[in-house]
Amino acid sequence: MSTSETLHERDIVDPYRLGRAHAALHGGREYATGHGEGGPASKYVIVGYGFWIFLLSDIVMFSAFFAAHAVLQTATAGGPSGRDLFDPSSIALETACLLVSSFTCGLSAVATGARSQLWVQVFLLITGLLGLAFLALEARDFAGMVMQGAGPQRSAFLSSLFAVVGCHGLHVSAGLLWLGTMMAQIFVKGFRPNILRRMLCFNLFWHVLDVIWVALFTIVYLIGEGR
Amino acid sequence: MSDENVERDDIAPGFLDSPDLRDAVQSYVIGFVLASLLTAASFYVLYTHLIWGPGIPVALAVLAVAQIGVHLVFFMHITTAPDNTNNILALAFGVLIVVLIIGGSLWIMHHLNDRLMPMQEMMQMQR
Repeated sequence: MSTSETLHERDIVDPYRLGRAHAALHGGREYATGHGEGGPASKYVIVGYGFWIFLLSDIVMFSAFFAAHAVLQTATAGGPSGRDLFDPSSIALETACLLVSSFTCGLSAVATGARSQLWVQVFLLITGLLGLAFLALEARDFAGMVMQGAGPQRSAFLSSLFAVVGCHGLHVSAGLLWLGTMMAQIFVKGFRPNILRRMLCFNLFWHVLDVIWVALFTIVYLIGEGR
Repeated sequence: MSDENVERDDIAPGFLDSPDLRDAVQSYVIGFVLASLLTAASFYVLYTHLIWGPGIPVALAVLAVAQIGVHLVFFMHITTAPDNTNNILALAFGVLIVVLIIGGSLWIMHHLNDRLMPMQEMMQMQR
């Protein structure tokens, strides 16, 4: 770390550290890693950033499903609408499961920071159980709808409903597999740099799942219920 | 946190730059409480008569956007600090594409719907 005087100077000249200004001030050697000068950022930052971009592309993919569903929401072809099918208490329970699991997943990240094997395993286990509960509730909802004859082939509305909710469910399933793998790897290998990077990515993935669920229960279930 | 993670110029998305355990837990607790309140508000809005009917989808959308913001700030630790510039720019581009896809689809399909003949009239003409 340089002296406080140069830090101060550089923050005034270039508060967002875009590189050129303090490269001129300091010969372009030390500062602005990851901005094209001063060398690349650390692997932890690069891996996290790359995964962040993947997650954003995943969100873009979901937005196409959401757009399709928003357009097809009234295309029930004389079949059941959202008001006939949705059970608000079940949706609320699923939402609660996922929100609490996002919270405990965050606590597992805190425990990883504190290098506590026990608490990481405890919080990841709670996260995984809540994720399983969420999937079980969703499967029950789906099975109930198919039994009523409201399967994905009934109308365009139901096709898009099963597509968007099912796609999110698949993401949760993949997240659960990853979670189990993380628990095993942390148990066997401990807090190595590569495991820490995977843990960072897993945390981001799980939080983004919850963000998508927020959009999903609002667009698909709540707005659908109001129609 | 280990030395590798200490970063002077950039920070990984999702990484909480706080050596203090209490501060870290506090961030998640605040986020959890806010997110729970906003979720409860979403479900409440649906069954209350406080809000004019056609305004309910707008209220729900506002609550959802607020909750997504809470998740980004308190769970994923995306901030407006200089060390987050890259993360924020990537996010802003993602949001732009999402708005274009969803807003554009709804806009175009709404106009197409307006121009189409209602289904029942079409059936009668075919008879």
